[in-house]
Amino acid sequence: MDAITELSYALDTFYFLVTGVLVMWMAAGFSMLEAGLVRAKNTAEILTKNISLFAVASIMYMLYGYSIMYPGDAFAGAWWPGIGSLLGSTDNTSAEVLASGGDTYYSNLSDFFFQVVFVATAMSIVSGAVAERMKLWAFLIFAVVMTGFIYPVQGFWKWGGGALDALGFLDFAGSGVVHLCGATAAFAGVLLLGARKGKYRADGTISPIPGCNMPLATLGTFILWMGWFGFNGGSELVISNVEEANAVALVFVNTNAAAAGGVIAAMMVARLLFGKTDLTMALNGALAGLVAITAEPLTPTPLLATGIGAVGGVIVVFSILALDKIRIDDPVGAISVHGVVGMWGLLAVVLSNPDATLVAQLTGLGVIFAWTFVASIVTWGIIKMVIGIRVSEEEEYAGVDLSECGLEAYPEFVGSQGSGK
Amino acid sequence: MKLVTAIIKPFKLDDVREGLSEIGVQGITVTEVKGFGRQKGHTELYRGAEYVVDFLPKVKIEAAVAADMVDKVIDAITKSANTGKIGDGKIFVSSLEQTVRIRTGETGPEAL
Repeated sequence: MDAITELSYALDTFYFLVTGVLVMWMAAGFSMLEAGLVRAKNTAEILTKNISLFAVASIMYMLYGYSIMYPGDAFAGAWWPGIGSLLGSTDNTSAEVLASGGDTYYSNLSDFFFQVVFVATAMSIVSGAVAERMKLWAFLIFAVVMTGFIYPVQGFWKWGGGALDALGFLDFAGSGVVHLCGATAAFAGVLLLGARKGKYRADGTISPIPGCNMPLATLGTFILWMGWFGFNGGSELVISNVEEANAVALVFVNTNAAAAGGVIAAMMVARLLFGKTDLTMALNGALAGLVAITAEPLTPTPLLATGIGAVGGVIVVFSILALDKIRIDDPVGAISVHGVVGMWGLLAVVLSNPDATLVAQLTGLGVIFAWTFVASIVTWGIIKMVIGIRVSEEEEYAGVDLSECGLEAYPEFVGSQGSGK
Repeated sequence: MKLVTAIIKPFKLDDVREGLSEIGVQGITVTEVKGFGRQKGHTELYRGAEYVVDFLPKVKIEAAVAADMVDKVIDAITKSANTGKIGDGKIFVSSLEQTVRIRTGETGPEAL
């Protein structure tokens, strides 16, 4: 019996680790998606943002964020989180596991690992919306605050057992806690940053600024789709018995179904509105479907999940157009995909989960948005006052690859000896 | 008939295109090029090694126009492409010996 308990512990720990790795891989997905949707002269900088934000998130969450978000049962139902650090903590011993009667069923560090990749995902949502005109280090300073404080506090309120959890707010894998939170931080940033030069003409018309690499954008979307199986699947948190294993399988199937629904719906809407089938809308549609199902991928039937994803796909197309109309410049559609559809995802929980109430979902939605927006705009505001958040006009025209990174993503005309000599 | 070739800063392309269409130039050819004049390049670092990039991205516009339009075209391009900063570019005018519209076979000034 002991052997089975230990094996079960090992299996669930392994499950956290593997699904955590899948979510980590989403960082590659975001990198490729964003690299494909910006202009060539801004590619190296956005890649730098993506790899560095992952590193910042890993460290800040390890130092403070995780302990703010999961301070323990003593903080159940609270608004005020704990302050602590992961450093110096110990993991479960075999004796403790066996004595716990099934309560302690995974390694503590595996839980940290699984959670830290979610923070990085939330942070990387911001990088797309502020692309092509933000100072790299301004972004990284914000990342420090977001991953060490802003995200963990609202994460505590739901997943850490805080006040939103006590109110009955449901968010299985993070349509609110991760996606809406990241999109709101992005939205606050874009408000203070302004649109790219030339995007909105004086006469009110909108200039398209096409991305430079559709294959990368598509690759990125597929990588995100794959990583999402870990994102939603791992959020079931257990796999080591028949019921849970079946639940995980259903979560995987619903996740896939929602993405598929999102793609088809977005493609059809784009075709109807524009007369052509816009690839970038199809890609955003897949992600919208995934975000939409993320709040509740377990209780819907696969058919309902497809529908929830499809609604997300419809919403995202209109949201992208609407944001452009009100001159919110979002080069990759992050605010629409993760924020607007994140809200839909939270509300859609009531369609299939009998424990969900519209009131609780709206409360959670409102609290996450309000907290993240206020905290973010204050942070962005301070950064803007101290070092500025936008590159100069000259730097924007030449491309942020040169001003921020000092190298080009697609260098040409370099002589055979490596320099123009 | 003359061929007017202009090398301009890339972000000025839309302005120049509008300026030309306002004076009645109906067709242009655009190429992405790299080049330098007296505007020096800049130094970049790649993994610790320094290299000089002499060539800066520019856009080349070519327009075939009637000889009596040349002054207006030069004026339009100059006004719309000018930023006052170094690297604004240059305009070259050369003689065009023959022009043919492929679809109809028209030649000469009617083909412009």
